[in-house]
Amino acid sequence: MVDDQSLETDLKKKKMAKIVGGIGCSHVPAVGAASDFGKTKDSYWTPLFDALPKARKWINDLRPDVVILVYNDHASAFSLELIPTFAIGTADLFKPADEGYGPRDVPDVKGHSALAWHIAESCILDEFDLTIANHMDVDHGCTVPLTVFFDQPEEWPVKVIPLCVNVIQFPPPTANRCFNLGQAIQRAVESFPEDLRVVVAGTGGMSHQLQGERAGVVNTEFDLTYLDNLIDNNEVNRKMSHLEFIREAGSEGIEMVMWQIMRGALDDQVEEKFRKYHVASSNTAFGIICLENKTV
Amino acid sequence: MTYKEKVALRKAFNDIPGTYVLTPEHSQKGYGLNMFCMSLNKEENRAKFRENEAEYLKGYKLTDEQRDAILSRDYLRCLQLGGNIYYVFKIAIFDRRSMQYVGGKMSGVTEEEFRDMMLSGGRSIIGNRSKEEKNG
Repeated sequence: MVDDQSLETDLKKKKMAKIVGGIGCSHVPAVGAASDFGKTKDSYWTPLFDALPKARKWINDLRPDVVILVYNDHASAFSLELIPTFAIGTADLFKPADEGYGPRDVPDVKGHSALAWHIAESCILDEFDLTIANHMDVDHGCTVPLTVFFDQPEEWPVKVIPLCVNVIQFPPPTANRCFNLGQAIQRAVESFPEDLRVVVAGTGGMSHQLQGERAGVVNTEFDLTYLDNLIDNNEVNRKMSHLEFIREAGSEGIEMVMWQIMRGALDDQVEEKFRKYHVASSNTAFGIICLENKTV
Repeated sequence: MTYKEKVALRKAFNDIPGTYVLTPEHSQKGYGLNMFCMSLNKEENRAKFRENEAEYLKGYKLTDEQRDAILSRDYLRCLQLGGNIYYVFKIAIFDRRSMQYVGGKMSGVTEEEFRDMMLSGGRSIIGNRSKEEKNG
């Protein structure tokens, strides 16, 4: 029960949560499968997996308590029956979804209910009308990045707040809207009176098209420019239209709007700590970038 | 958004070769097909579909063309009839087919040829941005 007394005690503590890092990362299902079925040493996968220890060390050194994981559901928890543009998972537990193969054999995802509810409240009052999900299975969009960040632990070493974005049904939110939501999330996290270290991950992409006669499109130049611009010219990424994403980066490349939520949750000035770009994992250009706010 | 802008955007989407954007129009057309695919997330439904495909499809609102496309595993036709790849891919998962098999089938090459194309950097964007550029 929250009474006036405990609210005041909270404020006296003055140890607020803070965002300590941002990650942009693809969530290719085959990367999860390679890990699950012991194929990471195969020559097909070594160029990617051999690069990951450095990223994992950076994440581990950040000592995050919570990861806000921005991803899209791929017809798993949601379908065309109900299409929330943004849905935040407020539960304490999220089960891996059955996407047609049976659920992935990875640990359950533990949530951070109090922080998630706080973000929902803060963002909605800040005029970002999030859908609140108290029950939501999480698919590869959420669990593959966890594998990339943490490998194969018994339990995920962080609590996870899943933030689901519709990018399948047109129109998804614009890149600019995503960036602005990221800023609102930064404000929300920094007003949560608990000493928590929070990482925001924007996932999906990079260039890929799974569908149609144009299936297999990859645009390396686009991807590398997108990564570069995240650092010091993000206005270009943020103002990019849906049409340009789809035409240049493939119909599923539009997932990259979700990276803007991560970018918006960081300061204007950021430093790049790690980057890996690899073509191809399955049908997709794989990218991961790790960012920290620049210390003045 | 003005009506003019809406029309211009549809035209621009249509100008991207071999690409079926899940617009509101597309989604209305494909609702039954996509929701059938969605049902395959559940093992009990997969078992029923395995037992008798045509019978199982009677539970969904589908056109004859959509039904034929599903039964003949014509993924491209499914997309053209309102399907979205994440939904339609569930039929391929049911058949234990990979995304590269599906990509190859939709673009007229074998799974191996598709895999090789991806390994050598993917399908080039050059010549694939617009129908005009493609047909040049």
